[in-house]
Amino acid sequence: MNNVVAQLQRQFHDYLVSLYQQGFLDNQFSELRKLQDDGTPDFVAEVVSLFFEDCSKLINTMSRSLERPENVDFKQVDSGVHQLKGSSSSVGARRVKNVCISFKECCDVQNREGCIRCLQQVDYEYKMLKTKLQDLFNLEQQILQAGGTIPQVDIN
Amino acid sequence: MAEVMRPEKLDISNDTASLASQELLHVLAVDDSIVDRKFIERLLRVSSCKVTVVDSATRALQYLGLDGDNSSVGYQDLKINLIMTDYSMPGMTGYELLKKIKESSVFREIPVVIMSSENILPRIDRYVLFSYYLNHHH
Repeated sequence: MNNVVAQLQRQFHDYLVSLYQQGFLDNQFSELRKLQDDGTPDFVAEVVSLFFEDCSKLINTMSRSLERPENVDFKQVDSGVHQLKGSSSSVGARRVKNVCISFKECCDVQNREGCIRCLQQVDYEYKMLKTKLQDLFNLEQQILQAGGTIPQVDIN
Repeated sequence: MAEVMRPEKLDISNDTASLASQELLHVLAVDDSIVDRKFIERLLRVSSCKVTVVDSATRALQYLGLDGDNSSVGYQDLKINLIMTDYSMPGMTGYELLKKIKESSVFREIPVVIMSSENILPRIDRYVLFSYYLNHHH
């Protein structure tokens, strides 16, 4: 029985480390994890859930602003990118944040095609991260159900 | 964003009634991002602060009683030790909020921290800030 827990903990550890190594997450995510404790076991899941809702909303609004080539509201798009960059930084969503940097540049020069490409990329990246984190949270649940504790994971 | 420095294992009793609420620092946090609000609220709670979080500078002014006709007075009994605000927010910026707070006789002494991921110093009128300092600290 202890073996099952140890195995799951190993799996969790390796998976989380791989997410950092592959650049999906950065140090800010580990700061987020430090704020979670036994009294607030859902903290990280709640914050990232709010983040993904934010992504979805902002992507929709920006998509509408970019829709008609003759009438693009770049100010609105810029505002959306700014918010997205901020919240992705706050949760440690590194790839999403990096796309936002390119996105802002396209916005600054009013490059509609570039903006649309970045929008599609942001959409892809947040959905990808959502799947990855869902797998991570599932592993957490399995560990807890098997009577184990969630490992601390140190990243340099 | 902020770094978390977890304290060493503290021997904190579960009985929070033993902690007089006057001992807790009360922080007012202002941020339009719901993600950041949730993060800051937790960060401050973990640091043993009492936290009030609002989603705009306007709401912060309402909370302080600095909106409307009493704009330079404010609620005398409200005990706030620190104000943390995002810089760029729709409507009023964090800097504009700072200025309104510094105009209030009740709240001007409260330290205000402006948070931003951008380099905002060029956008802040440092002459205005410096003249506040001169006027209120002699």
